[in-house]
Amino acid sequence: MSTATDTIESLVKQEYKYGFYTDVETESAPPGLSEDTIRLISRKKNEPEWLTDWRLKAFRHWQTMQEPTWPKVHHEKINYQDIVYYSAPKKKGDGPKSLEEVDPKLLETYEKLGIPLRERERLAGVAVDAVFDSVSVGTTFKKQLAEKGVIFCSFSEAVQEHPDLVKKYLGMVVPYTDNFFATLNSAVFTDGSFCYIPKGVRCPMELSTYFRINAANTGQFERTLIVADEGAHVSYLEGCTAPMRDENQLHAAVVELIALDNAEIKYSTVQNWYPGDENGKGGIYNFVTKRGLCRGRNSKISWTQVETGSAITWKYPSCILQGDNSVGEFYSVAVTNNYQQADTGTKMVHIGKNTHSTIVSKGISAGHGQNSYRGLVKIQKSATNARNFSQCDSMLIGSKCGAHTFPYIEVKNTSSSVEHEASTSKIGEDQIFYCNQRGLSTQDAVNLIVNGFCKEVFKELPMEFAVEAQKLLGVSLEGSVG
Amino acid sequence: MSKPILEIKNLSAGVEGKQILKGINLTINAGEVHAVMGPNGSGKSTLAAVLAGRAGYDVTGGDVIYNGKDLLELDPEERAREGLFLAFQYPVEIPGVNSTYFLKAALNEIRKSKGESELDAMEFLNLVKDKIKLLELNEDLLRRSVNEGFSGGEKKRNEIFQMAVLEPKLAILDETDSGLDIDALRIVAGGVNKLKRPDSAQLVITHYQRLLNFIIPDFVHVLYDGRIVKSGDKQLALELEAKGYDWITKGA
Ligand SMILES: Nc1ncnc2c1ncn2[C@@H]1O[C@H](COP(=O)(O)OP(=O)(O)OP(=O)(O)O)[C@@H](O)[C@H]1O
Ligand SMILES: [Mg+2]
Repeated sequence: MSTATDTIESLVKQEYKYGFYTDVETESAPPGLSEDTIRLISRKKNEPEWLTDWRLKAFRHWQTMQEPTWPKVHHEKINYQDIVYYSAPKKKGDGPKSLEEVDPKLLETYEKLGIPLRERERLAGVAVDAVFDSVSVGTTFKKQLAEKGVIFCSFSEAVQEHPDLVKKYLGMVVPYTDNFFATLNSAVFTDGSFCYIPKGVRCPMELSTYFRINAANTGQFERTLIVADEGAHVSYLEGCTAPMRDENQLHAAVVELIALDNAEIKYSTVQNWYPGDENGKGGIYNFVTKRGLCRGRNSKISWTQVETGSAITWKYPSCILQGDNSVGEFYSVAVTNNYQQADTGTKMVHIGKNTHSTIVSKGISAGHGQNSYRGLVKIQKSATNARNFSQCDSMLIGSKCGAHTFPYIEVKNTSSSVEHEASTSKIGEDQIFYCNQRGLSTQDAVNLIVNGFCKEVFKELPMEFAVEAQKLLGVSLEGSVG
Repeated sequence: MSKPILEIKNLSAGVEGKQILKGINLTINAGEVHAVMGPNGSGKSTLAAVLAGRAGYDVTGGDVIYNGKDLLELDPEERAREGLFLAFQYPVEIPGVNSTYFLKAALNEIRKSKGESELDAMEFLNLVKDKIKLLELNEDLLRRSVNEGFSGGEKKRNEIFQMAVLEPKLAILDETDSGLDIDALRIVAGGVNKLKRPDSAQLVITHYQRLLNFIIPDFVHVLYDGRIVKSGDKQLALELEAKGYDWITKGA
């Protein structure tokens, strides 16, 4: 009889369900990055001059920057001149006026992904913006939302239809100079979602964006901007998948959230980009900048993320707590199996008085996966009576994986309190045996134990998403035990 | 003559090269209750672990026939689904996993393997209600995570509660009595007795004759240094209580 450790370490192949490719005619820019590429993108999108200039400023700044080396991840050097920066499914004529006119192949793709867009089949209670490679192919429930004054559309459309709002808020939280990947995104972003909830409106349904990378050698650089005006509430979901490919593909997104007085934004992500195969070949490089600004008093921004995909994840959804009494939350589950690497965490920057933040991070490593939590809690002098509570737990499955924690804490006043708890545990052979002895298979036991470990995070997810996340976790860890 | 549920023939097993069980012979028939006693470290829990199929134990010789099948060929979960139940000496905590959910999953696995339909949440709760009464269990425990923060006695009682729900063919109770106060002991033992059926059997590991006042064994065995050195009826337990193990082991 083999020992339990051997059993746990014997890895078998796992299947990535979303690895198919859709054969559509596309219109792409040639690979490479120059001011011409950026002008081309901007022209394709019929953008106003101020936006073209903003992009060019970002590009010029980017050329002076170096790729960051501090994340605890390893990858081959990315050649930014090999990447295609614009790829869109070819439109017939003027392009679809409504979802009914969208290429059926695209609609089928989303259906296969479990996101039906057609009027009759679409998900009840969830409005979806579907982004395919560089562009949004359609947004559901637009009319119903418009009745409440909620704007939910693709970023490109927002630039055309609501230029004042875009101009006012774009770059307010993540300026184009922010960091290497955010700056690159500012130069070349192609689409994404835009959402504005007017004063006092509680968004009547969940809003969501579903990102799909399809074309080869293409980078996806989308930008999401969500503004909740005074007293507004919105819950937003993000999902993503990509075909299975041997080459790595770059996804460098920027998400900016802005909450004004008494507003609340809840942002949930289930990230399931192709993670590469069991030998670490292929997969998405997910280098993302997500930041929320609690600009108003009593505002609240809550990030919940379940990160199961990508070859490499590099992402720190953060909150800047500027308004007095504002609240920031970060709930995260990050799974690395096979050769996946994740360096993820959050920054909570307390500026306003009585600001509160909560961080709950659950890292799960299996196979040769490497999982790092990196978090900063910064309490500025002005943030009197600020409070933070952080809890970072890591679980190891097998003995070839790793978990690392890098908490940074800066407190500049004496009335604030910061609490940090951390733990690392190996998934217990005794727990698995206990489950086995009650009739559960080892794989079911691992899923059960891991789901239990992540419970505090899952309970923050909207219902349907929580179920999805639990299933996804099971798939991600499939084969992590023999 | 009832038919054997478990036949252990000359079973030897060890851990990391260390020999712990050194040739165990034991037959348990349907309807019988067997007690195994023996000093600390004699191999009682090891026997239970080997029967339940815990990884890390190497069987170095002998056979175990369970229900007509070669038990040692089965995975631990298959043994469980075949009706072998181990009440753990040290029940394990599983944080974040709801007790009710856990037990329902377990029961449904067992039902599935028997070709029975799975119970839904309502059906399961109805079933559980009776069993809770049987063990006078605090219902609150079922809303909490599996064994997490349970007191020692609550953990033990919870094991027998699980046994009541899963209705095993062969239940192995590893020192279920230790850590129970006298009232709890009476309740748990009462529960175990009510779960006795003509087609099932129980193997009760204990240090104390006291338990055997409540759970009356048909046979008592003394395990010493990996071997059963003496077997008898319930009188043997009384004798052990009076004289200690020296009385038997001196000659062994
Ligand atoms: N995993 C292990 N590694 C090393 N030694 C072990 C292991 N498991 C059991 N042993 C040893 O085997 C012997 C028998 O242990 P076991 O737990 O079966 O005893 P027991 O009869 O149940 O004792 P107790 O009455 O104290 O519960 C002991 O000496 C113990 O230290
Ligand atoms: Mg023992």
